[in-house]
Amino acid sequence: MGSAPVSKQPIYLADTVQVATKILVAGHFGVGKTTYVGTLSEIDPLRTEEVMTASSVGYDDLVGLPDKKTTTVAMDFGRLTLSPRLVLYLFGAPGQERFRRLWQDLAYGALGALVLADTRNLAESFPVFDRVEEFGLPYGVAVNHFAGGRRFDEAEVRDALDLHQDTPLVTCDARDPQSSTIALIRLVEHLHERAVHQESFR
Amino acid sequence: MSGQDDSSLVRSYVITGGRAKPSRADIDVITLIKATPSNEPLHRLNREKRSIVELCRGGALMTVAEAAGYLNLSVALTKVLVADLVDEQLITTRTSPTSTPATDRTLLEEVLNGLRARL
Ligand SMILES: Nc1nc2c(ncn2[C@@H]2O[C@H](COP(=O)(O)OP(=O)(O)O)[C@@H](O)[C@H]2O)c(=O)[nH]1
Ligand SMILES: [Mg+2]
Repeated sequence: MGSAPVSKQPIYLADTVQVATKILVAGHFGVGKTTYVGTLSEIDPLRTEEVMTASSVGYDDLVGLPDKKTTTVAMDFGRLTLSPRLVLYLFGAPGQERFRRLWQDLAYGALGALVLADTRNLAESFPVFDRVEEFGLPYGVAVNHFAGGRRFDEAEVRDALDLHQDTPLVTCDARDPQSSTIALIRLVEHLHERAVHQESFR
Repeated sequence: MSGQDDSSLVRSYVITGGRAKPSRADIDVITLIKATPSNEPLHRLNREKRSIVELCRGGALMTVAEAAGYLNLSVALTKVLVADLVDEQLITTRTSPTSTPATDRTLLEEVLNGLRARL
């Protein structure tokens, strides 16, 4: 008997790594999640096929009982080693309701979420915000510029997405490492400010 | 989205013995895992569990999600299998995330420093 085939050469973590943490990259289909994760990841992003039911409820649905109506969704993720002891994982997370079970797995213990939005159709992001808020994840928003998309007026986007004044909002090109890194930094700065603020109330 | 694939669903159902929930709650997608140093023969394990142990042998460190990615298994299924392997003492875990890392100021500072250094 053989083993399950390894799809590509594994790139292991340094043995000095003690802490792994994660951030969700959330957004509707075609908004740039895969591109974003690929731009920032130090390894070729990995992809898994996760099982979802059309209706979605319990844990059973996730591993996939054969008699239920199911579908699969591709989930991709990448990693960034941030120090000899710390590694950050980025998980691309589709926003639709039926992927709630996957979200539960990804959101547990996550630092927060970066929501990618597209000015060509901001309303498509609404379900994504519903998911992020449902799981209590603090978040920032990165608006991608696509050809044909309206130039983004920050106040307009804030208003359309009903963002809190403290929620970070940046423009980002998911194909560009610099602007993608800045979007992540803005999010983590926001998370840090929140943590400091919460500490002062303890 | 890649549509329906009933054969792989039946397969994952069989691999886990019909269980969908991990035997332990402490296995997360980013739990760091490695194989325990042991020469125990793995032939009694099913193919998927054996491949996880082989992937993580020799002190090789990775997360549950990465093991799933390299072995073309779903993350949900891999969590179940890794939990079993931990119970069987063939896999050890290093750390799992806490439920509230967003309030961990020191961790956030470490993340920020690492990200800023990449600019
Ligand atoms: N102009 C522009 N195109 C982008 C950007 N991000 C992604 N794309 C393109 O949009 C398409 C969909 O991106 P993808 O990452 O697959 O979206 P996903 O469905 O959210 O994973 C691809 O053709 C990308 O090259 C961006 O920031 N700007
Ligand atoms: Mg994608």
